[in-house]
Amino acid sequence: MTAPTVTEPRTVTLTRQKVPWADIVFKLMLRLCLLIAVAFLATLLIYVVYKGWSRLDPRLWDNFPSIRRPERAGARSALYGTLWVISLTAVFCLPVGILAAVYLEEYANPARWYNRMIELNIANLAAIPSIVYGILGLGVIARGFGFGTTILTASITLSLLVLPIVIIASREAIRAVPLSIRQASYGLGATKWQTTWRQILPAAIPGMATGSILALSRAAGEAAPLLLLGGLTYVAFLPDGILSEYTVLPIQIYGWISQSREAFHDLSAAAIVLLLLVIIAMNSIAIYVRNRAQKRW
Amino acid sequence: MSSPETTSFPAAPKGALGRTRSRYGEQTIRVVLTVAALVSVATTVGIVVSLVPPTVEFFTAVGWREFFTTADWAPLFDPPAYGVLPLVSATFLITLIAVVVAVPLGLGAALYLSEYAHRRTRKVFKPVLEVLAGVPTVVYGFFALRFVTPALQEYLPAGLRPDVFNAISAGLVMGIMIVPTVASLSEDAMSSVPRGLRDGAYALGSSTRVVSIRVVIPAALSGIVASFVLAVSRAIGETMIVAIASGNKPSLSLNPLDAMQTMTGFIAQAGSGDLPTASLDYKTIFAVGALLFVITFTMNFVSARLVRRFREVYE
Repeated sequence: MTAPTVTEPRTVTLTRQKVPWADIVFKLMLRLCLLIAVAFLATLLIYVVYKGWSRLDPRLWDNFPSIRRPERAGARSALYGTLWVISLTAVFCLPVGILAAVYLEEYANPARWYNRMIELNIANLAAIPSIVYGILGLGVIARGFGFGTTILTASITLSLLVLPIVIIASREAIRAVPLSIRQASYGLGATKWQTTWRQILPAAIPGMATGSILALSRAAGEAAPLLLLGGLTYVAFLPDGILSEYTVLPIQIYGWISQSREAFHDLSAAAIVLLLLVIIAMNSIAIYVRNRAQKRW
Repeated sequence: MSSPETTSFPAAPKGALGRTRSRYGEQTIRVVLTVAALVSVATTVGIVVSLVPPTVEFFTAVGWREFFTTADWAPLFDPPAYGVLPLVSATFLITLIAVVVAVPLGLGAALYLSEYAHRRTRKVFKPVLEVLAGVPTVVYGFFALRFVTPALQEYLPAGLRPDVFNAISAGLVMGIMIVPTVASLSEDAMSSVPRGLRDGAYALGSSTRVVSIRVVIPAALSGIVASFVLAVSRAIGETMIVAIASGNKPSLSLNPLDAMQTMTGFIAQAGSGDLPTASLDYKTIFAVGALLFVITFTMNFVSARLVRRFREVYE
């Protein structure tokens, strides 16, 4: 190797002159990942609305389903069934979920093995496939307890399904209430429950409501467990009580998708739009509650 | 605590400040709260109780060897055959397709949101991912069957046209469905990597790309891997997409263009009918359900362990 002969002094620049192609390509690829997901969502929504547009009229929520005449079929019984099932699910899972969250945050001693086991168990339940809950509902609630294929069975099963979500969301809301509130309450001589009931729960309600509504909207879209629980597709009557037979929108949609005639596919797309509207309405309420009642400590 | 006798203070007048009667209300409430917390434990017990007896009865009638080693699944036919392998292979094939889609997309989206995006961009796109996670799976199934499959049939070359029911479109759509699972958990892990690590790398002249690949991903690796495992577990347990889009024909085929039935697809199909409780058909649902439960439970356990064991703790 010979030493290079320097003919003229080199100017050294501190800024980079080469175009950093690798960096640019990398950034574009990452952005593409996000865009693919967003584009997929947009395509899905546009396609469903486009496909269902011709059937998005009062027939959809005024008429009962019909196997023979798709042009007169509607999802009236499914819409009412969904409202029944979701309301009853809320009645079951909200109190249990919130009380369980209060126990874990305010009362439980996290060092005890049984409290750690409860926490581990909740985390595990959140990840069990929904159809396994359907098996639980079929084996234990419908046949074991003898509740049959009714709205009651469906609601209990869905309550158990979304319970972990309600508990996790409620715990976060309770945890967000600062310790000083509790100490002030105890300092004034309040008991543990008085502190919880009069100070912590009111402060945590917006957060709990948001999480709970999101959990219920998940239940509203759930079909798999109800397939096993007799979510009949052709129900030509409105539910008249918690022991009534029922169908819900996701099951009705599934039934129509399985039909071979094209008219039913348009109908299922229209019912999907209806289902999405129900879920969007619930989510909007959740977001409204969150923004409206959010407290800054 | 030392006993009051060791100090020289006069004993406090009894009953002046505290209550002597115990607070029954407070105790009752404690019991009620504990019962509410135990509902979740009862759920797990209920799942096990609902699965075990029919599964045991199933295996006394059929035998482990036939279930796990033969490759013909036709429980509702005469003569019946109970080889679960076609359902398992279909489940894992569709899961594989979904993971191949979801892992790069989810990881890329998470990296973009955590390292590149402005706060305002993040505020727009994080809710979009939440919406993607909130779409009911029956809607994804409809989209797979009525949009993705016809599109594949139209645009793929002649030799690669999928059947009306096929694994590929179910897998693709399921992949998009689990992108939010991967993205949001990975992003959580990435944003908990301390600022100082990044600043150190930037001070040495690294570009954002180098910081992302060499610093952020290694530091957040346990969370990222846990998100993958959870995504796999969700894909294995997903029912409606495969019930709608991949068909009801058990098949050992590993060709993603063919129709096939997964474990969840079988449970949905067989469970939709009103089977008599004593029949072997009814117990078959529980046997397949037990297998599904064991597989997903194991994966969730692994995921939780990964997060705990390999987490880098930064103060």
